[in-house]
Formats: sequence, structure tokens, C-alpha cells
Amino acid sequence: MQEFGNVDEFVGQLMAGGGKHPGQLLQYLYALQYRYSCIPPHAIELLATQLQLPAARIHGVIEFYSFLHTTPRGAYDILFSDSITDHMLGSRELLAEFCRLLGVQPGEPRGDGRVSVDVTSCTGICDQGPALLVNGWAVARLDADRIEAIAALIEAGTAVADWPREFFDIQDNILRRDLLLNDTGGAGAALQALRERGADAVLEALDASGLRGRGGAGFKTATKWRFCCEANAQQRYVVCNADEGEPGTFKDRVLLNSYADRVFEGMTLCAGLIGASEGFLYLRGEYRYLQAPLDAVLERRRQDGLLGSSILGEDGFDFDITIHMGAGAYICGEESALIESLEGKRGVPRKRPPFPVTNGYRNLPTVVNNVETFMAAARIAVDGADWFRAVGTGESTGTKVLSISGDCSRPGIYEYPFGVSIAQILEDCGGTDAQAVQVAGAAGSTVPASEFGRSIAFEDCATAGSLMVFGPQRDLLDMVQNFAHFFVHESCGFCTPCRVGGALLKDLVDKVCAGRAGDYDLQEMQAIGDLMRNTSHCGLGTTAANPVLETLHKFPEIYKQRLAGGDYGPAFDLDAALEEARAITGRDDAGAHLKVES
Amino acid sequence: MSGEQTFLLDGKEIPFRDGDTIMDAALRAKAYIPHLCHNPEFAPHGSCRVCVVDIDGSNVSACTQPAAPGLNVDNSSTAITDERRALLQMLFVEGNHICPGCEKSGACQLQAVAYYTNMLAPHFTHFFPRRALDASHPEIAIDFNRCILCELCVRASHDVDGKDVFAISGRGIGSRLVINSPSGKLGDSTFSATDKAAHVCPVGAILPKNKGYEQPIGKRLYDQQPISVVGDVAAHEQEGDSHGE
Repeated sequence: MQEFGNVDEFVGQLMAGGGKHPGQLLQYLYALQYRYSCIPPHAIELLATQLQLPAARIHGVIEFYSFLHTTPRGAYDILFSDSITDHMLGSRELLAEFCRLLGVQPGEPRGDGRVSVDVTSCTGICDQGPALLVNGWAVARLDADRIEAIAALIEAGTAVADWPREFFDIQDNILRRDLLLNDTGGAGAALQALRERGADAVLEALDASGLRGRGGAGFKTATKWRFCCEANAQQRYVVCNADEGEPGTFKDRVLLNSYADRVFEGMTLCAGLIGASEGFLYLRGEYRYLQAPLDAVLERRRQDGLLGSSILGEDGFDFDITIHMGAGAYICGEESALIESLEGKRGVPRKRPPFPVTNGYRNLPTVVNNVETFMAAARIAVDGADWFRAVGTGESTGTKVLSISGDCSRPGIYEYPFGVSIAQILEDCGGTDAQAVQVAGAAGSTVPASEFGRSIAFEDCATAGSLMVFGPQRDLLDMVQNFAHFFVHESCGFCTPCRVGGALLKDLVDKVCAGRAGDYDLQEMQAIGDLMRNTSHCGLGTTAANPVLETLHKFPEIYKQRLAGGDYGPAFDLDAALEEARAITGRDDAGAHLKVES
Repeated sequence: MSGEQTFLLDGKEIPFRDGDTIMDAALRAKAYIPHLCHNPEFAPHGSCRVCVVDIDGSNVSACTQPAAPGLNVDNSSTAITDERRALLQMLFVEGNHICPGCEKSGACQLQAVAYYTNMLAPHFTHFFPRRALDASHPEIAIDFNRCILCELCVRASHDVDGKDVFAISGRGIGSRLVINSPSGKLGDSTFSATDKAAHVCPVGAILPKNKGYEQPIGKRLYDQQPISVVGDVAAHEQEGDSHGE
């Protein structure tokens, strides 16, 4: 029986800090997880009593988030990033070697409780992978030497805080700058502009700029802010979606690392325009290392009168921002699931309508925007609509910050005017021999070389920023399989087509990969994918089958070459399935085997 | 004015009131839209997706979609029926639904909607999950094999009984119904057979103990007439209770 020291005291401290609010549940659980490497049973009892929540509901929250556990992980809990780009950089081989060095099986803590090793969805370090998380802290650029060094540190019992600093060095890797990333302006400029020009003029500029949400959906930002402003309520909220979970996306990590002032400025601008006094930055758990620096930026802004009460000395302009940590759930990037998570619940997307602009956080009007959107809004307030509109296309004004990874010689962050062609991007990043690029991540689209003339824009290839390059040596089916498994892992489980359909689809992809599928299975994949796309509750479910549907259509040969032949065959080896019966009966003669027809 | 608004459901005019969903209006007009997780006594949920309808080429769930004047709602095309059947087949293979051995057979909404959509076989590969049966409660047994995650018991226990006996845990295909008690067993919870939550299950997951097959197979709710005529099993169960059965 594991002993957990001072649980009462620790929970008491959490309650004192968080004001005993049930909405803080996820934050409490996050703190407990990293203190005890699990949520101790006694802590659940205490939380249930103190927060007046059913214990079963707390269990439900714990089991929803990948980073929370009811049984202890190892003292060193290692999670290898399992993105397809990490695979391409050799992560699986490194994981196997790491487990061998430590004598541990993936998924199970070692007998002595020292270490546990598992995989996690994309950690957003794809341009300098393979990557892992150790107790939530990101380590980049893994190779055989680094793996060996980490194993030695673990065996020696060296505290993670004392590991070599360079292990935790995560680079920005900005390789192309445009409107946003060229920014050298000082903090507070957008708020000054708001004071000088007035709310109407700034909102007008935002409208005229044509700025659309950078999270992928592309809703017009000024319209969203106006709707929220016009909703009848005493209180409104501003939420920045920094749950950057789409595989292959890492630009928000860089924006928050080096442009946090601009992002918070955009949020504060929004608060000033819509009349909000409270805001949240929902930061994905994988970016734990950004939490303290971001808190420091917030504190500095409070000191400088750019946050808190009477911002810029203006009576009644009160606004503050709190960072909320996610805990391993891709679905929380969906804005209504994010709001549920902010409220300390399971991240299950809400019914729409109503939309968050009228019924968001605590059922009050809420603006949820992407990191990059807030940053762009802050710049538009200063530099105006024309400055922004001068680049991009008619429907997609301004620039897009892309996260480029995969088979290219210069992976990293590239900011381009909207309308840039994929061919141009590949030339710049050194990926011209690509057979395909995956635009917009696992939920996005697979673009074959014949379509590299297409452009990054809402009206063509829309993306929140993920662009993964696949060279000629790759089997795209590996990508499809990786994404199919990803979506099964990340489905919230609320609706039938995504929960069950996604799992069925994954099994069929595995069957193709195992060389056991027939034509009938491909038709089934198409039918299940169509059903998921047509009938799912939220955007995750409607897009989860995209990788399968897109590649079935555009790359049929990757499937055909793996087919077993014939119309239908079982997903397993019939003769191998008889092994147990042979062992029990002690027979291994020809009659105890199925005849293999050639 | 609001009483005069209508939309079209399979070409038939359906009147609706402000705030109605398509399902609300259809239920009032006694026009059947297949559903499982919806029960008009509770807030719409929209999780089973069986009430999917087509409006101008878009699929929406009728139980959550606000009614609007002039909508043209397709509730019975081959495409919609095919989608519903596939969703039902998915629910069948996800759990362990052995109709011939289930006390609810003939009065089960999952089975009845499946018949209604002409589902003849589960079609997909069975998951055959290992799920336990909880017979710890003196009056009620829970067979998790049959749970379809409609959350009606969760909602009833929270909204009506004020007990929160049930919750959903896990994620994705690992989602499951759990019980709020120290041992996780129903017998250890505050649950009672008179709870609303004991009378809303559309399938045979939550069943009364100490009696069985009081109504013979062949004479059950959906044995005589299709679900499109007799409606939800929960509504009938309450009637039965009020008549002291």
C-alpha cells in the first residue's frame, strides 16, 4: 500500500489558494498529480467533501485527462511524444532502447516505482524532436546519447531540476518573419490606441482588417467580439485558446514564449472592447514549462498598469488574466470543450447553439480566440486595417504563422502572407522532394504533389498552422494509422459515431497495415468515415476520418498494395488463433492446423 | 403569433412554439423521429445521434436543433435511415446485447428502434467488452453490458432525485457508467428503486430484481406495435407504476 504524505495539508493549501471553487477542480487535480504522481484516494475524498462534488464525478474528471492517474506513475514519469513526425525521427526505436536500458515495460511503472514510460499525443516540439515529457517538463532533440544520459540520471536518482539545462532548451526556430513576427513595439501600444481612438474606432478597424480566427475555423473576429458585446449580461469573459493539440502544430508555443506581451495585450484589448473583467489563458499541459514565464509576464504587466484594476489609469477598466492548465486532452482545443474544462469538468463539447459568445464560461458571454488571433488584433489596433489588409488574399487577409515539420531540411516557424503556395513553402523549408504534405494536422487534408500549387488560405487549404512534410521514402499509410490511433485516444466518447465509429475505423486501418484487408474493408472504411463526418456531435468527430477518407481518395495505391486479395478475410490469423487449442490438446500434427491455400 | 409557426417534416407541416427543438415539435405532433438518449422530461443531450435528420443537405440531431419557420426536415429518406441503422449497429457491437437472454427484450428501445430501421444484423465487428454485472443492490441490478451511455440515469439522478448516484468516467471508447459510492457498487450507494433514475433506462441495463418475465415475450410493449406508434418505454413504465403494476 503506497503511503502519501501530508495529503490533508496539501489539499488544505490548494483550497486556501483556489477559494474552494468546484471550477478549480482540474487545477487542484493537476497540482496533486505532480505532487504525488497520482491523485491519492484520500485526496479525492477531501475534494469531494470540500467542493461538494460527488466522488464519482471527480473520478470521471481524472479518467478523462491523460495526464491524471488514480494509481501512481513512476517517480520519473516519462512520456514520449507519439506524433507521426516523432516516429519519422526515430522516436519508437529510442523508446524501445530507453525501456531496455531501464528494464521497464511501456505503460507499467517499474517494480521499484522509480520510473514509468509511455507515449503521449504530439507534444508540439515536432521541429526539434523526437521529444518527451519528464514529469510534465519537455525535453527535445532526443538521440541515443541523450536517452542514455537520461536513463543514467534516473538510475542515479538525480532530481529533474538538476538535470542538464540544455535538455530542456526548446528553441523558437523562427525562420520567416512577416507582419506579426517582425514586431518590435513596446508593451501597452494597443491599449494606448484603444484609449486614444476609442472602442468604436478600434472595433471598426478590426472589422475592416478582415481578421478571421487563426484557430482554423476562420470566424470573423470583429463579428465574434460584437456578438459577445451585444449579448445581454452583467459579466463577460475573454479566453485565449492555447490548447495547441493538433499534431504538428507548435506556433503558439513560440508565440507564448517570445510574444506573450502581444497575446495578453490582445486579450486585454478584447476585454476593453467587450467589457470583460476576467480572462483565462487555457494552456495545454504539455507546455507546463511555459507556465512560470507567462505568469511572470502577467505580473510585470500588472506592475506596469497594463493589467489589473484601472488599466492605464483609466477608471473602470479592470481586467486580469489567470492561466489554466490543461491535462492531456486534445478535445479541449474545441472551444466549448475548453470552457467545460475551464469549469473543472470533463472536456465534452457542448451542444451548439447556443454558442460561447452568448453562453460560454459560467453560461455567460465569452470570447474564445486563438493565441495568434489575439496577437494580430493587438497589432491591428496599433497599425490599422490597411496595414493588415495589405498582405494576404481578399478572403484571407494578413499573415499565417505556420509550424513546419517532417521531411524537410529547415523545420521551424514560418510566417507567410495568406495565399502563399505550398510549393513556395516547400522550397523555403527544404522539402521540395515531398510526395505529400499534411495541412492542418491529423484532422486536416493530405495534399499530393500534384496539388502543391494550392495555397494556404481559408478559401483553399485552411489551417491553424500545422504543415507536415512527407518525403518520397515514406509510406503514407503509417501516417493514416498514427492519426487513426490518435483520434481513438482523443475522442471524448460522448457521441456514438466518433466513439464507436472511430474505434472500428482504427481496427480496419490496422487490418490494412497487417496485410489482411480486402476490397470490402476499404468500402467499410469509406462508409464508417462518411457516417462519422455526417453525424458526429462536434468538429473532432466530423474530421477524425479525414486522413482515411482523403487518402482513400487521393492515394488509393497505398491501400491497394497492402490488400490481401479477395473480397474479405478475417482480421486475425486463423491458424495462429488455434494455438491455444493445440497447446491444451498436445497436438501439433497437420490435422491440427488449418490448411493454407496458396 | 408563435403558435402559427411551422416547419416541414417529411413534407408534413409541423407547428412549433418558440424555444422548441425539432424533436419537441415532432413529439407534440405525434410524428416519430427515432431516438434513444432523448426523453422529453430532461434537457436534450444529443449523444446517441439516432435522431439525425437532414436539413438542406446538413445532418443535425433533431433533439438539439432549434425549430425554425420553413425548415424542410428529412426524417425518412433512405440515406437517413441507413445512417441511423449504422449508428444502432455500432451501439449493438460496442456492448454485449444478447436479446434472447435479456429480460428487457420486447420492451427495449434499442431493439425497437433497430426493428424500426430494418436492422437485421449487427454488421460491424463485435467488441465483446468485458463488463461486470452489479447485483449488489437489493432491488435493482445493473448490467453494464447493455449500457449505451445515454446518460438518462445520470441526468435523472442529478436533476430529479438530487442524488448523483451515476456519473460517466473514462474517455472515448473507454467511456463507462460509474456509480457514486465508496465501493463503486450500487448496493453501497443511496440508490432506491423508487428513484426516477431507476425508470428511465431505454435498454436493459437497469432492471428491477426479484421478478422476471411477468409479461411474457410476445405480449410486450413493442411486440404488438412498432415504437413509432407506442413511443418511449420510459413513458409506459411510469404509466405502469401509476397504475400500481
